[in-house]
Amino acid sequence: MIALLQRDMKLAFRAGGGFGLGLAFFLIVTVMVPFGVGPESSLLAKISPGVLWIGALLACLLSLDRIFALDWEDGSLDLLATSPLPLEGIVSIKALAHWLTTGLPLCVASPLFGLLLNLPGQGYLWLVTSLVLGTPALSVIGTFGAALTVGIKRGGLLLSLLVLPLYVPTLIFGAELARRGAEGMDTTTPMLMLAGITFGAIALLPFASALVLRVNLR
Amino acid sequence: MASIWEYANPVKFIRTADRVLPWAMGIAGVTLVVGLFWGFFLTPDDYRQGSTVKIIYLHVPSALMAINIWFMMLVTSLIWLIRRHHVSALAAKAAAPVGVVMTLIALFTGAVWGQPMWGTWWAWDPRLTSFLILFLFYLGYIALWEAIDNPDTAADLTAVLCLVGSVFAILSRYAVNFWNQGLHQGASVMRAGAVTGTDTEEKVSNVFFYPLAFCILGFVFLFIALVFLRTRTEIHKRRTKALLARERLG
Repeated sequence: MIALLQRDMKLAFRAGGGFGLGLAFFLIVTVMVPFGVGPESSLLAKISPGVLWIGALLACLLSLDRIFALDWEDGSLDLLATSPLPLEGIVSIKALAHWLTTGLPLCVASPLFGLLLNLPGQGYLWLVTSLVLGTPALSVIGTFGAALTVGIKRGGLLLSLLVLPLYVPTLIFGAELARRGAEGMDTTTPMLMLAGITFGAIALLPFASALVLRVNLR
Repeated sequence: MASIWEYANPVKFIRTADRVLPWAMGIAGVTLVVGLFWGFFLTPDDYRQGSTVKIIYLHVPSALMAINIWFMMLVTSLIWLIRRHHVSALAAKAAAPVGVVMTLIALFTGAVWGQPMWGTWWAWDPRLTSFLILFLFYLGYIALWEAIDNPDTAADLTAVLCLVGSVFAILSRYAVNFWNQGLHQGASVMRAGAVTGTDTEEKVSNVFFYPLAFCILGFVFLFIALVFLRTRTEIHKRRTKALLARERLG
């Protein structure tokens, strides 16, 4: 399992692996927003938690089809499926590798982007907290979507259509947590709900992902 | 007593569909005509809402059906996953487009009613928002059916999507509740208290309720007729495909 994690991480870091692309995409979305809504700093401060969450979500979405597509094409997914590891474990490791290469960098870099959008001072801690709590759910749910569409050629658009509605609860509680934190309000409820969604998804969704992967490998 | 699983046999199902279809269509036609005519022409205007109250005869039944059709798809998907009856998977496939149309009708009539009453076509109210999300779930479900060639793979994948989607749809329903306060009025037609008569809160007056009941019945039978019709078509389509494939081989 650790070998698989190391392999996936290595593939992502190598040239063409797409590591850093998600981060660059996050940056460009953040830079584009003021051009769209105007440079007024009070407005930017108000919308920055939501914008940063949307940016993180889209950056996550862009890298989803890489989770299984390459392994599917060169046949290593079949090898993995016939290995002694349970498919549920493989799916979880894939999701973890995706989070380590996209979600974690986003969490680390988000305060910098918050600065660009004039995020209020007390909001930084809560922004990072919400992303750390929420992005694992994005990776796990996205892995399910990627497993659903792995056999479809040019399934990228379909993947977005399937995954984005599933992201709604995570986005609502994540952005709400960041917004309440930035405005200095009570953050307990959205934080608990967000954590609940994330841990629930981590616990249950790998079974669904493994199930659909088995169907696709049939 | 015949078991319900006998209808999993496509031949038996088609025979039943042939028998049920004219009745379902007839009942749907009669109840819809009676309900809509009664509702539109024979009931008084509401003292506050004026004649816009009459949109209820389309809005409430379609919204009710939109949710229940997804529920029916959930049940048939489960039956397919557990007992592998093809008719069940095809019924789920057949129901989805009907569900989309119901969702659209509910959203559209709601917007038409909201414009004069709330002064806006659209508001990010929890009920409206969750209906929009339900619409997206239907779209994704249908798109997945369309994207996969192998019918068994498609049935499996969409069934799992339906299960996972149901969980997330319910989560979204409560998440949007938390996210924004509502403009939409609460349930006033089908409440436990309203049925038993112990409820003193505001509830739809009987003048409006009787034609509404006809319309709901009409929508239910319309849905039954459409699902039977579309499932039958799917079975015929699959059979044609099999025959063509056999001919090409032979």
